[in-house]
Amino acid sequence: MNYEVVIGLEVHAQLKTNTKAFCGCSTQFGQEANTQACPVCLGFPGSLPVLNEKALEYGIRVGLALHCQIQKLTKFDRKNYFYPDLPKNYQISQYDLPLALGGFLEIELKELRKRIGIHRAHLEEDAGKLIHEGDHSLVDYNRAGIPLLEIVTEPDISSPDEAYEYLVSLKAILKYLEVCDCDMEKGSLRCDANISLRPQGAKELGTKTELKNLNSFKAVRDALSYEIKRQKELLESGKRIVQETLLWDESGEKTYSMRTKEEAMDYRYFPEPDLPAFVIRDEKIQAIKDVLPELPEALKKRFIAQYGLSDYDAGIIVAEKALAKFFEATLRLYPKAKLISNWLIGPLSYELNSRNMSIESLSFSVESFVSLLTLVDEARISNLAAKEVLTQMCNTGASPEVIVKEKNLLQVSDAGELEGIADKVIAGNEKSTADYKSGKANALMFLVGQVMKLSEGKANPKVAQEVLKKKLEKWGKDA
Amino acid sequence: MIKLYELTAHELLEKLRRNELTQEEIVSGLNKRIEEVDSKVKAYVRVGELSSSDGLPIAIKDNICIQGQPTTCASKILENFRPPYDATVIQKLREAGFAIYGQTNMDEFAFGSSCENSALFPTRNPWNLECVPGGSSGGSAAAVAAGEAIWALGSDTGGSIRQPAAFCGVVGLKPTYGRVSRYGLIAFASSLDQIGPITKDVEDATMLFAAIAGYDPHDSTSVNRPLPDYSASLGKDIKGIRIGVPKEYFSLSKGAQLEGIDDEVKRSVEEAIAQLRNLGAKVKEVSLPYSQYAVPVYYIVATAEASSNLARFDGVQYGLRAKDAQNLIEMYKKTRERGFGYEAKRRIILGTYVLSHGYYEAYYVRAQKVRSLIANDFANAFKECDCIVTPTSPTPAFRIGEKTQDPLAMYLSDIYTISVNLTGIPAISIPCGLSKAGLPVGLQIIAKAFNEEMLFRMAHAYEQNTSWHKQKPHL
Repeated sequence: MNYEVVIGLEVHAQLKTNTKAFCGCSTQFGQEANTQACPVCLGFPGSLPVLNEKALEYGIRVGLALHCQIQKLTKFDRKNYFYPDLPKNYQISQYDLPLALGGFLEIELKELRKRIGIHRAHLEEDAGKLIHEGDHSLVDYNRAGIPLLEIVTEPDISSPDEAYEYLVSLKAILKYLEVCDCDMEKGSLRCDANISLRPQGAKELGTKTELKNLNSFKAVRDALSYEIKRQKELLESGKRIVQETLLWDESGEKTYSMRTKEEAMDYRYFPEPDLPAFVIRDEKIQAIKDVLPELPEALKKRFIAQYGLSDYDAGIIVAEKALAKFFEATLRLYPKAKLISNWLIGPLSYELNSRNMSIESLSFSVESFVSLLTLVDEARISNLAAKEVLTQMCNTGASPEVIVKEKNLLQVSDAGELEGIADKVIAGNEKSTADYKSGKANALMFLVGQVMKLSEGKANPKVAQEVLKKKLEKWGKDA
Repeated sequence: MIKLYELTAHELLEKLRRNELTQEEIVSGLNKRIEEVDSKVKAYVRVGELSSSDGLPIAIKDNICIQGQPTTCASKILENFRPPYDATVIQKLREAGFAIYGQTNMDEFAFGSSCENSALFPTRNPWNLECVPGGSSGGSAAAVAAGEAIWALGSDTGGSIRQPAAFCGVVGLKPTYGRVSRYGLIAFASSLDQIGPITKDVEDATMLFAAIAGYDPHDSTSVNRPLPDYSASLGKDIKGIRIGVPKEYFSLSKGAQLEGIDDEVKRSVEEAIAQLRNLGAKVKEVSLPYSQYAVPVYYIVATAEASSNLARFDGVQYGLRAKDAQNLIEMYKKTRERGFGYEAKRRIILGTYVLSHGYYEAYYVRAQKVRSLIANDFANAFKECDCIVTPTSPTPAFRIGEKTQDPLAMYLSDIYTISVNLTGIPAISIPCGLSKAGLPVGLQIIAKAFNEEMLFRMAHAYEQNTSWHKQKPHL
């Protein structure tokens, strides 16, 4: 039997406000344990929460970018459960009146576009961190109270690849909005997945399982693939799916059960009496809307229309905000979009990836990059040499002119200078010259290659080709 | 010879101003009085000047955080807990020059109406040591009544300032919800709790209230609204003021709650109403039909919030921790088993139950709906009157141990005070009589939200024309 896969994702995005959701403590990552905590985020008796306006603003930003309806009346609720990383033994969250409802995010997979529905997005506070050591555990509350936005999709995702693509697109949007670092290693972006299978065409949803401990986009994809296989095997052998929460074991590449539905917690949600329900004014929403940055989708459309980029190239460039920014900055100084996009997607991306670096940490300026492009474009250095220059620029931050000079990489475009080399090549490759004469055009490319080799890569291949052609024609006539 | 310990705060301040008394004399007088009577009354859990100041000493209920000082809610689970910060009201008192002087006994976590639920010891009523002082702010009320404190702060969730004030023959004010910051008040039921003054007379209440009231950016439920000059409410006549008397609270018509009202209390309150009429007020009958549901609604809303508020006492960060636990769950269980008293456990269980899946709609949601109907009752009543007058409590102080085995009977002693908290409006209790057994009776005056001025005006007019507040217990 064929099964239809139904997936829904819950993403927790840490909002990068300077201070925590309900107190003035710093949210800086990596500080000494329990140095960023106060009576409020430690849940000390008598302390009270006060909502960080910035967290609310960031939440609204995301809601708007995901085409959600921002709820006019919203409130906080308490989610009650005991755990030592939760100082009050309840989490301030939002239950039945979330900040944002009913939006969508468009993804593109194998040139097919698909809308993934956004069910809701709500604000809540993060918990602390437990560190287990031998026979005891320690708690670090630095993270406790950092604002989170939980973004929940509709069960619209039908494959692990779609889930992956959704996460990539969502991450791009959060980065564009400058509301989240989206660093899964540091935990600033976390994802849980709900998955069920049903016979193709069936209307009712199958029993779902929830996957947790997914520490990368790849883990999400792998765990979902594993879970599809597991559920399929169970269904095909006539067994029931147990509704349960599963943990993904990345090293073992399998899931194991954390708790079943019967053991599910009763969170006893009720309205947070310390934070009265509040109304978000239309003017506030409008003001946030007015300064919303251009998002990847719109930017891509503009790059295609305005600069004539291909759909593919534009897609890659807008996937990262910093790359798109760099592209436009370069374009302002040097208006050759295709050339720039080729260099960004090709050599520069290669250099960055091999160094595991982001474009923001480049050691040279846009101006230097433009100089390099100019050198290539004016054929003063070869493509090959230019790549070498770029590597050097990434290593040392030196200007391309200095590198070209130091390494003596300027291209020989003077026909006179290349004639001597061409003569040597023709003299030394009788078979190829004969082939060329008999009409094999490929033979010429071989000869050009030999000129490049003898000139140590400095010959301008176009000029070399012309010089060779001229000489071979002459040589033919003489013969 | 004047008895120093019987003087009100404004009388003492006047004597200081006239150099008839010194700060030292006031403090040593207070120490002496405490030495003489506190072994009998047991109002204080901790005493001694906690901050040097030129201002008058004040007693603080043990659920209001004082930086660096044990603040325990009279519970074992917070034994040795020292808050790292001052409650906003404490900060305000310090800034106004008050000397934080001692901490008073209470029902554990403010759960109770008799002070018998203190994990430390019960406080006794200065008028009759065999009787309870009321609760939960029984220590504060008893201290003020016995002259062991010039004035005190209490907290009121369902009557916890007004009922002990009535039982001890002193003045107690429950301010409008949001008027006084709750920051640093160890929460019982967050949507109902308010800190308020317990004093020897109405003038002192206006002074102390003015010192603690006001917007606090650290409390999102506090209200940013200008503070009037409360002293201007004193000495005003009450001619033409319309007093509402809820027919359900007296035997004007038959209602389910009336069985509990004590004849002497009823007579005292009726006499007080007559007195107010003599002073020019107009008395009207009003109706509060939903108030008969106030007690059940309260015990759902308050326990639900309490079960969540008290979840943090788990032995992880502060307070008691069971050291013999083998794992986390055992640590939680043993800590809470040993740390909480009987009534605290009862309320945590009740509150957890009403919030549980499958019961939430039937209990919590329904209670919230009835809560707004109760508030509607008051809104309607205030269309016809400027304030409402009722007994504070259906009986005078009861005997120690009399109701400990019957929690429902205990809960009903707050029957007149609870709907005020559910509605968020202000109310004051002032002495209005003594029973034949020599126990004080309290008169409750209720006003619209943020109209504490009306309470002070009415209470002061009544007080100036009666002498109940001048009656003192003999210890």
